[in-house]
Amino acid sequence: MTGRLTGRQRFWWAVISVFVLVWALFPVVSIFATSFKLPSQLNLGLFWPKTWSTSNYEQILVGDAQTLFLSSLRNSIGISLIATAIAVVLATLAAYAIGRLEFPGKRLILTAALGVSIFPAISIVTPLFNLWRNIGLYDTWLGLIIPYLSLTLPISIWTLAAFFRQIPWELEQAAQVDGATSWQAFRKAIVPLAAPGVFTTALIAFFIAWNDFVYGISLTSTDRARPVPAALAFFTGASQFEEPTGAISAAAVVVTIPVVILVLLFQRQIVAGLTQGAVKG
Amino acid sequence: MTTEATRERGRRRGAGDDADKQARAAHSERTRAEARLGWYLAGPAFVIMLAVTLYPILQAFYDSLFRYRLTTPDDRAFIGVENYWVILRDGFFWQSVAVTVLITLVTVVVELILGFALALVMHRAIRRLRGLLRTAILVPYGIITVVSAFAWFYAFDINSGYINHWFGWVPGISTDLNWFAQTGTSLFVIIASEIWKTTPFISLLLLSGLAQVPSDLEEAAEVDGATAWQRFRRVIIPNMKAAIMVAVLFRALDAFRIFDNVFIMTNGANGTTVLSLLAYKTSIGRLEIGLGSAISVLLFLCVILICWVAIKLFKVDLASARGE
Repeated sequence: MTGRLTGRQRFWWAVISVFVLVWALFPVVSIFATSFKLPSQLNLGLFWPKTWSTSNYEQILVGDAQTLFLSSLRNSIGISLIATAIAVVLATLAAYAIGRLEFPGKRLILTAALGVSIFPAISIVTPLFNLWRNIGLYDTWLGLIIPYLSLTLPISIWTLAAFFRQIPWELEQAAQVDGATSWQAFRKAIVPLAAPGVFTTALIAFFIAWNDFVYGISLTSTDRARPVPAALAFFTGASQFEEPTGAISAAAVVVTIPVVILVLLFQRQIVAGLTQGAVKG
Repeated sequence: MTTEATRERGRRRGAGDDADKQARAAHSERTRAEARLGWYLAGPAFVIMLAVTLYPILQAFYDSLFRYRLTTPDDRAFIGVENYWVILRDGFFWQSVAVTVLITLVTVVVELILGFALALVMHRAIRRLRGLLRTAILVPYGIITVVSAFAWFYAFDINSGYINHWFGWVPGISTDLNWFAQTGTSLFVIIASEIWKTTPFISLLLLSGLAQVPSDLEEAAEVDGATAWQRFRRVIIPNMKAAIMVAVLFRALDAFRIFDNVFIMTNGANGTTVLSLLAYKTSIGRLEIGLGSAISVLLFLCVILICWVAIKLFKVDLASARGE
């Protein structure tokens, strides 16, 4: 499908593109529009606000919903980053071993990762809920970081193993033959080749931790550790009779924009990581 | 490392049998050292994966054999499989099984068709469009499920929604239609949001599958006069069977665990309680640890069953399909 397009083809590609764009972006634009509506305009049945108001953003960033939202944002960033870092470090070691070394049990590790990744989170939650309460991990950062590893570790191992399998390991030997020490050979020949894969894996693992809801609502009870998705579900309105629609939408936009920017910046790497981890391309 | 070993072995071979034995011993020592290093590096990840999943599921199985409510902790007693018996005779449980299966089937079928269409569009698109389309399609993937659930909920909600106003001309839709007051319409919105959120994943998998179809086969079929549909049926589909199976299996498992959007949109009202939500409400909502654990174990068994059926039925070698 390269070469010059006829007018007709051009037309159809335009139609298809517009269709895909609308489909992919519509709910995002929808919640964006809702986040700028005043409470009085919520029930008019309009898509765009009649007048644009930033009062919802004021409410969550400096107003009465501030403590709730900002603390959950801090929790989400901290917990997701730590869980991602631990997963990526451990997965890098494991994937290096799988890609570079011959040892019995390689397949077992990959199969275990696959098994863990299909595990229903809710099956883990009930026993952890009870155990965490008994040993004091309930409603703490660590109490979420540990179960988050069940989400981030398997995908990290699979994605990185796929990346590492494509690295020409002979480079390392060649460097050693040329007189480099093992460490130098590793650092100079392998690290630069592996770094993009590690970065992509970290990005995907972070998305997954950032997206978690089940652990977030089950293993926390206050703003000490409650992450953003769970906090959104427990938002309450300014009064008992007021729906928190505007505040939730504004909070949703705030936590969505960084993700969309990351996706825009790294779409090529994300696609490569997702598909290589799943089906070798 | 390996070249070194071979060179060493070659040098020693001349020195006779004795040296050969020595070399072999050195070689197997090296193999053992490599195996040890392999496990030192991969072991921690392996152990943690087991610790965060195997331990909880065993604990859940143990707890499921007890009458155990956190509201009356002193009442805790071993009751064997009675919790399972209670659940399996409960109509509410079977209803949530039915709803979960329905959601899984519908989303997987629709997503497969939609995902294929999207994958074909991306596969065929001219270079400039391809990047744009791929980026757009990744947006739903990156968004928090809860956020997407709220977006869909507010769009359809009888108070804040605009869908009723936009589609008032469609028979059955009017401004006073409350989507979340009935089972059918609630499920419709839940399924629509799930499809929107997860189709990108399936279409990316299918896109990478499409890339594996040998283009000369396709061209040969075209030269032989095969129509587009014939090429699709006879050349494209058979060559990406593995990718399709993996995509379907992973999406089915994922859909079966659906939780976030149901929690946000209906919280299980009007017969929309899915299995995960039932487990959550029983154990964490009502603090019935025993019963909740039993549901968790049953849910886990269902997931295993789906895998087993997929592997038997489609003969997918998961490991090989995933590239090992």
